[in-house]
Amino acid sequence: MAAKFDQSDDQVVVIVGSGAGGGTLANELAQKGVKVVVLEAGKRFEIEDFVNDEWDSFTQLAWKDMRTTSGSWRVHHDFANLPAWIVKAVGGSTVHWAGASLRLQDHEFKAKTTYGGLAGANLLDWPVGLKDLEPYYARAEDKMGVTRTNNIPGLPGSNNYKVLAAGAAKAGYKDFHTGRMAINSQPRDGRGACQQIGFCFQGCRSGAKWSTLYTEIPKGEQTNKLEVRPESHVAKIEHDASGKVTGVVYFDRDGKQQRQKARVVCVAGNSIETPRLLLLSESSKYPDGLANSSGQVGRNYMRHMTASVYAVFDRPVRMWRGTTMAGIVTDEARHDTKRGFVGGYEMETLSLGLPFIAAFLDPGAWGREFTTALDAYENMAGMWLVGEDMPQETNRITLDKSAKDKLGLPVASVHFDDHANDVAMRRHAHGAGAGIYEAAGATRTFPTPPYPSTHNLGTCRMSENPRDGVCNKFGQTHDVKNLFISDGSQFTTGGAENPTLTIVTLAIRQADYIADQMAKNAV
Amino acid sequence: MTAKSNRHTLDRRKFLAGVGTAALAISGGAVIHQGEAWGLEVKNLKPETMRTLIKLARDIYPHDRVADRFYAVAMKGYDEKSGSDPDTKQTIEKGVAALDDLAQKKHHVPYAEVGWESERVNLLRQIEDGAFFQRIRGDLIVSLYNQKEVWPVFGYEGESASKGGYIKRGFDDVTWL
Repeated sequence: MAAKFDQSDDQVVVIVGSGAGGGTLANELAQKGVKVVVLEAGKRFEIEDFVNDEWDSFTQLAWKDMRTTSGSWRVHHDFANLPAWIVKAVGGSTVHWAGASLRLQDHEFKAKTTYGGLAGANLLDWPVGLKDLEPYYARAEDKMGVTRTNNIPGLPGSNNYKVLAAGAAKAGYKDFHTGRMAINSQPRDGRGACQQIGFCFQGCRSGAKWSTLYTEIPKGEQTNKLEVRPESHVAKIEHDASGKVTGVVYFDRDGKQQRQKARVVCVAGNSIETPRLLLLSESSKYPDGLANSSGQVGRNYMRHMTASVYAVFDRPVRMWRGTTMAGIVTDEARHDTKRGFVGGYEMETLSLGLPFIAAFLDPGAWGREFTTALDAYENMAGMWLVGEDMPQETNRITLDKSAKDKLGLPVASVHFDDHANDVAMRRHAHGAGAGIYEAAGATRTFPTPPYPSTHNLGTCRMSENPRDGVCNKFGQTHDVKNLFISDGSQFTTGGAENPTLTIVTLAIRQADYIADQMAKNAV
Repeated sequence: MTAKSNRHTLDRRKFLAGVGTAALAISGGAVIHQGEAWGLEVKNLKPETMRTLIKLARDIYPHDRVADRFYAVAMKGYDEKSGSDPDTKQTIEKGVAALDDLAQKKHHVPYAEVGWESERVNLLRQIEDGAFFQRIRGDLIVSLYNQKEVWPVFGYEGESASKGGYIKRGFDDVTWL
């Protein structure tokens, strides 16, 4: 039975957002008996509402509210008002994520120590390490049912995986398999096994893929301690004279202003909206925005070095059949500066349907060089390249006062320039990816540029010293004790791995900390 | 789009006189496709403009196995929109007129009658950064490739959940590796 809390109840924990961070935190707290109100900007869909159609699903699920962009990254040129491809719905981007669930590597928590001083990079070591997080990673993997952990078998290999694996073997790679995926390879936790539908990005129609929408959130609601309010767009976090936060102002589905009191506020709106909300919450006490005494709110925006390689073969592949990302080569994820860059990258299977391959293979391209690639769509294989990008202070989310959303609030502006290290890594990854497919017999390869960002990270980063970042190792903001950052914005650096598992891990750990601090009346 | 009716049938003399390109002819207020046996009534744009748009669409995203009717479907929205949106109408008519001017100067025929695709593409290279071309290309990437009827030409199978996914339908059927 879902709870219903009074707006004047100042003992609730308010969580802004219901994705990997917010949705997990909500359930974890509710299980401990803490009263939780989740305010989610998007609508609540259920599994049966999802559609196996790329553009229709995009219209249904994507965060399409206006954003602006600047900088030298190609996304600004190709998709000026769509810097990120993330979800506006209950479940957040766990509705459309691919399911890849990898732990960060030990050295990635110590980026500054490991990579040293790198011009233009605002590197910092995390205030936590792999050792601290291992027990929480284990809980996250069990909760999410990650394959190749907890004796859960790997997913079967699809056509796209078989091509990747054949090429990887011939190219001399050693560590490749069908991934650590939060997608059931066998029935588990009340959900069935993957039916190889494809369309993982469009919302899983079988529920085999873990999403907070149909795992954490209903489990939390069953405790009678969790209330989820969809179509509730938080516009401001309020505080008292002492500086403690007291609640939030939000707009309901009718555009009517509402106010929810809170004992603790946790922000998990993904790494563009989270800093935007802190900046929108400026006041005479906090003229630069909430929790921003360091000046780091919105800075160090990371989006991973991303790229893709597609390849055409002389015989059919039909890459769209089956699980989108159940295939990985991890050999290049190591840190090895002999390759000409610091950090590493993962190579993961990826497929797009015809409508999206047309839109994303080489945005803006036209003519026969482009269309002959699509003519060979049936014979195409694809991989995504995802690696660590460098935090830079100037890569930044700010408020664009010249552009307003439908509530009249300044929109988020996303500035991004690739670091030289990102460019060098992408060049290497494009070459390595093409090499795998050529080893498998490709007749033609395509070094595809980044899509709108799906891994948005770092804009309210953790730091040991309050001067260097926005929150501490529990996501608690340095400036305001009862204000927490609960999503990927916390990441001090990005690592090479898909971030969701780490976001869930941090949320589990944060829930323990918040419950403990509440019990001690410290917040 | 409607099926071809007899009144749109063109005689050979008129056809050879250059009323239309080989495939796409104009008759009254419609674009007529002899080979594919369809006619598209044009209500708000000039029919010649629609003919040029269809040719232009194929030149931007040429697929030799995709019939003209898919390009016509992708372009007909401009005619509908021009009925209520004067800005669209003006952008399209002016853009096509400018393209025809370029073609006349270089080849002494309108764009749609320039013989070689490479010659037409050379003209398009001159306007590809302009608002008209960018609008057509940007819309076409969705209006062409998002037609479910065109997907089988590329082998794409679309929705699969209602068929039980591919777990028993070939998700791992590659045998040539």
